[in-house]
Amino acid sequence: MSKFRMHLLVCGGTGCRASESNLIVESLRRELEEKGLGNEVQVIMTGCFGFCEKGPVVKVMPDNTFYVQVKPEDAALIVAEHVIKGRPVQRLLYVDPRSKEHISDSKHMGFYRKQLRIALRNCGFINPENIDEYIARDGYAALGKCLSELSPSEVIDTIKKSGLRGRGGAGFPTGLKWDIASKNQAGQKYVVCNADEGDPGAFMDRSVLEGDPHSVLEAMAICGYSIGATKGLIYIRAEYPLAIQRLKVAIAQAREYGLLGNSIFGTGFSFDIDLRYGAGAFVCGEETALIHSMEGMRGEPTNKPPFPAESGFMGKPTNVNNVETYASIPVIINKGWEWFSSIGTEKSKGTKVFALAGKINNVGLIEVPMGTTLREIIFEIGGGIKNGKKFKAVQTGGPSGGCLTEKHLDIPIDFDNLVAAGSMMGSGGMIVMDEDDCMVSIAKYFLEFTVEESCGKCAPCRIGNKRIHELLEHITKGNGTMADLDRLKNMSYVIKDTALCGLGQTSPNPVLSTMTNFWDEYIAHVTEKRCPAGSCRDLMKYSIDVDKCVGCTACARGCPVNAISGERKGPHFIDQDKCINCGACFEKCKFGAVLIN
Amino acid sequence: MSSIKIELRKEDVDKINEICDSFNNEPLELINILHKTQEHFGYLPAEVQEAIASRLNISTARVYGVVTFYSFFTMTPKGKHPISICMGTACYVRGAEKVLDEFKKELSIQVGQTTPDGKFSLSSLRCVGACGLAPVVLVGEKTYGRVAPDDVQAILKEYE
Repeated sequence: MSKFRMHLLVCGGTGCRASESNLIVESLRRELEEKGLGNEVQVIMTGCFGFCEKGPVVKVMPDNTFYVQVKPEDAALIVAEHVIKGRPVQRLLYVDPRSKEHISDSKHMGFYRKQLRIALRNCGFINPENIDEYIARDGYAALGKCLSELSPSEVIDTIKKSGLRGRGGAGFPTGLKWDIASKNQAGQKYVVCNADEGDPGAFMDRSVLEGDPHSVLEAMAICGYSIGATKGLIYIRAEYPLAIQRLKVAIAQAREYGLLGNSIFGTGFSFDIDLRYGAGAFVCGEETALIHSMEGMRGEPTNKPPFPAESGFMGKPTNVNNVETYASIPVIINKGWEWFSSIGTEKSKGTKVFALAGKINNVGLIEVPMGTTLREIIFEIGGGIKNGKKFKAVQTGGPSGGCLTEKHLDIPIDFDNLVAAGSMMGSGGMIVMDEDDCMVSIAKYFLEFTVEESCGKCAPCRIGNKRIHELLEHITKGNGTMADLDRLKNMSYVIKDTALCGLGQTSPNPVLSTMTNFWDEYIAHVTEKRCPAGSCRDLMKYSIDVDKCVGCTACARGCPVNAISGERKGPHFIDQDKCINCGACFEKCKFGAVLIN
Repeated sequence: MSSIKIELRKEDVDKINEICDSFNNEPLELINILHKTQEHFGYLPAEVQEAIASRLNISTARVYGVVTFYSFFTMTPKGKHPISICMGTACYVRGAEKVLDEFKKELSIQVGQTTPDGKFSLSSLRCVGACGLAPVVLVGEKTYGRVAPDDVQAILKEYE
């Protein structure tokens, strides 16, 4: 292996690639070649660094300099200044929004200071397409330790004692799941990785697979050893082409090194992994639905029991865990359960990855110890609300979760506290909302999602959610009544109690939690026909302030239905009978003369 | 099943059979077979589904059931430049709906439709994982970030 004096790590996460980080790699390589430095400095495209807001990110090692918002044309400057002269490029450093200081080491940035990276430990550090780099960071040491020093039951015991709970949403204890699968006798068992990440606004599994695919492969082999399975399957969304490609590369390399395949480390234990593709169905994240999908059928869930651990893929005992759960396993084996269980809260150990997005300054992927508060996440790591607006709510748990408010900001986040507060962990999406977001509309948005994604097998979910969505539609259009609110609540509880699978049982959560926390808004929509956040189009009335109007005619030209009249340089008026409340005039007016009522 | 009627040529049928054979005509592999077939034809019209069903010796209803269950499979051909608007939560709260409305208005088509000249098709998708760039629009392989309704015309112009 050749030795390089310097490495330029370029983020290859989805967000940064969308901002042309692949062109940055090309430009950097070209610059280095031209300067004859191709043998001294290596350019690597890594997995996600997490700080998506400031992407594309380029990190220079060993100097540990963190460049943000890099453009392909900055490559020449980085090479000329930093690589050749050893002077960091000030212009590309992160500027602390409070102190206005330039910060070069990511450790000192508000975004990273409170983070603890376990599942994401290698993302942004290694070249995901090079198994040697994974091995150099203790990769496959845990598998070696399990196969040579620990019995299968000792491995399960370690996972049990670590307190690790499933990161896919429900938080079932992982060690217990493995234990059940190990005790069911069968000729063939399966280890399945659920990489069908479907929550809108959550992309942590994708980042692990793109940034550190070997950690998942290693953990699946460890699981296979402990439950007595020789076959692994990764069920991954077809919408994740880069993750699929990296997994394929990783599997091929692991096979070449004898870390997958027959008699791993010469111990007689054999294990191999294949990929199965999803095709865009949210319900396939439910484990029984996922198994049906892997069998080439419609991804419809079935009643549990029997649990997959008894009868899963092809009717054989199957252990299903999510990507983030697997990614935590090798570290637990390497560092010990005592270390892992010392992090977190009493009943939720370790860390959790969250996809922080919405109206927040620092959008990105973060990993924090369980027990961190929402306030720390939103205001310290997330840097507060965008454009100086007021915080209103944070939605956790995706379409199955709920909205939390100001009064929940100081709750230590873990599986149980979020449920007690009326939301849930889910896979870790965290969408921050400000004063301009209407909570009735947000509930409607999630129900629209559920209606689209319901598999249609059970009536409560198929019909009930459709009815709930209609009621919400009714309310946001200004046609709701107080009786509708009662109906909404009753129907939500019926669906929760009677739906077949996790999707239906949790689908009314966005409605119930917004009704609990933002009852006033529902009342305003129904009784006053008013949307307090000013976002429901049908409830808005536009008018023009004649004192502010300068008669520029921008609004009249922008109106799609010619509802605005007035002379040039004279005041304009909106004909309320013609107006369709599209808001085009409001957006066009540069003088703040268009008022929303 | 679908209003579009197409005539499968012999080489089309051969291609379908070849794909099915590569998966040992195993019904368990139906989803993988459909992925490969859609990659080749661009979409999965009824006639193609019938050909797959007969090769795998399963009912056309089962193939149709799977095709219509998963949103990745489509029975209508996509436009030359497929446009997808991300409607993930992060994009939604940053105004993706208004951007979508603008595309509908400019192209005079609804989500799931293709323009009569076959140039553009419109779809919405759930989270591309580029939440830092919300709202996000994809045209083919190209990603546009922080799109405002006012940017829509300029984006469409690039493909004229």
